[in-house]
Amino acid sequence: MIHALSLNRLSLTRGERVLFRELDFELQAGEACALTGANGTGKTSLLRAVAGLIRPDAGEIAFHDGDRNRLDPREARGREVHLLGHLDGLKGARTAREELSFQCDWLGHTQDGVDEAIETFGLKPLLDLEVRKLSAGQRRRLALGRLVGSPRALWLLDEPMGPLDARWRAVFAEVMQRHLKADGLILAAVHDALPMPVRTLDLGGLT
Amino acid sequence: MSGEPRLPKWNDPKPERPEPGPAEPRAPGLRGATRVLFERELSLAWGGGGGPLLACAFFACLTAILPLAAGGELKTLAPVAAGVAWLALALSSLLSLERLFERDLEDGALDLLATGHLPLESVFVIKALSQWIATGLPLALTAPVAALALGQPLHLAPLTALAAALGGLGFAFTGALGAALALGAKRGGLLIAVVVLPLFIPPVVFGSGALARAVQGLPPGPALALLAAYALFAAVIAPFAGAAAIRNAQG
Repeated sequence: MIHALSLNRLSLTRGERVLFRELDFELQAGEACALTGANGTGKTSLLRAVAGLIRPDAGEIAFHDGDRNRLDPREARGREVHLLGHLDGLKGARTAREELSFQCDWLGHTQDGVDEAIETFGLKPLLDLEVRKLSAGQRRRLALGRLVGSPRALWLLDEPMGPLDARWRAVFAEVMQRHLKADGLILAAVHDALPMPVRTLDLGGLT
Repeated sequence: MSGEPRLPKWNDPKPERPEPGPAEPRAPGLRGATRVLFERELSLAWGGGGGPLLACAFFACLTAILPLAAGGELKTLAPVAAGVAWLALALSSLLSLERLFERDLEDGALDLLATGHLPLESVFVIKALSQWIATGLPLALTAPVAALALGQPLHLAPLTALAAALGGLGFAFTGALGAALALGAKRGGLLIAVVVLPLFIPPVVFGSGALARAVQGLPPGPALALLAAYALFAAVIAPFAGAAAIRNAQG
């Protein structure tokens, strides 16, 4: 179980461009952090690096449990990390029900996790529709469903609120707050402020 | 929003995976993940416009064109029937390869697959096996019909299907490797064909060799054994190379 995420002197480049150098950062259980910065400063890249999809040039990304023991990063990422990018990984030809249950099954879920996800994000009327027929906001709610359906400690979110309307933004804010209360961790790349008190990690303007 | 206490928390005890314990029982979760990915892959293969049927139709078209191009004489067709059937089989196996990883990369599903319990090597194996089941086996059933139409003796039909199924396993793994290597490239589909067709040469040689031997009354065993050896070799090597290629495309 992840209780802390720490980035130690992390450097990341994409192609020729240096995104940041020697970034130090720590996130504890129950904390949320808003990742801010201009377009192209590396918010998405940082999230993907934490999820293990990009190898950093230098420095390290470490996960710790409650007793400050290091966790095996591969194990931690495979069991306790959610990555929700702006691509939601949903297949247009399948029904919302099939996609939601696949995503939750694939990431591992509790007995009634999927039902909770359906209830939380009001997915019931959408379940029998093909994903291609859903609007952007509906697709996003379906994708957010896996955060609830498959309980994992660290949420890496990339512009999670983008296509949501005011009502579902409020619901999602509540979901995030519950996750934090249950000692979860959230690292979210955002342009608008998150609807709760959070720390901020600013990657700055484009150099 | 209702029922606040019922929302599952990430640190709830999980029925299928009791926490934490030094020897965490991983098997049930892994088996479940394997099964759901298999089901998804098969439903995607069959769902999007009947892909396997298209491959079979393409196979039938290719074998139907040959008599028109080379003349309908059974005397001229029969000696090359096995070779042509295998050539058509190899080409038909290329058709759905682009779908295998490229779509998942484009819509972000590959990121989801990479953050599951199973390593990417297993994802690769599951995808290649489902490619074999969804496309290779239907083609293996079509192969005897095509060979028969080209003048192959009827009693060789079971052998043709068996060889095509074995060869199809090799095609699936090497084809999936090609699909992984071509990830993110422009004109990926064409690139896959160019990368993969040379790798298809050994199964084509062994497969048509087995049939040619059988036509002459010789036992086809040795050629079939080589075909099986190739398929197993591909099944062992391709997952590691393919998973590395996928990681590279994601980074």
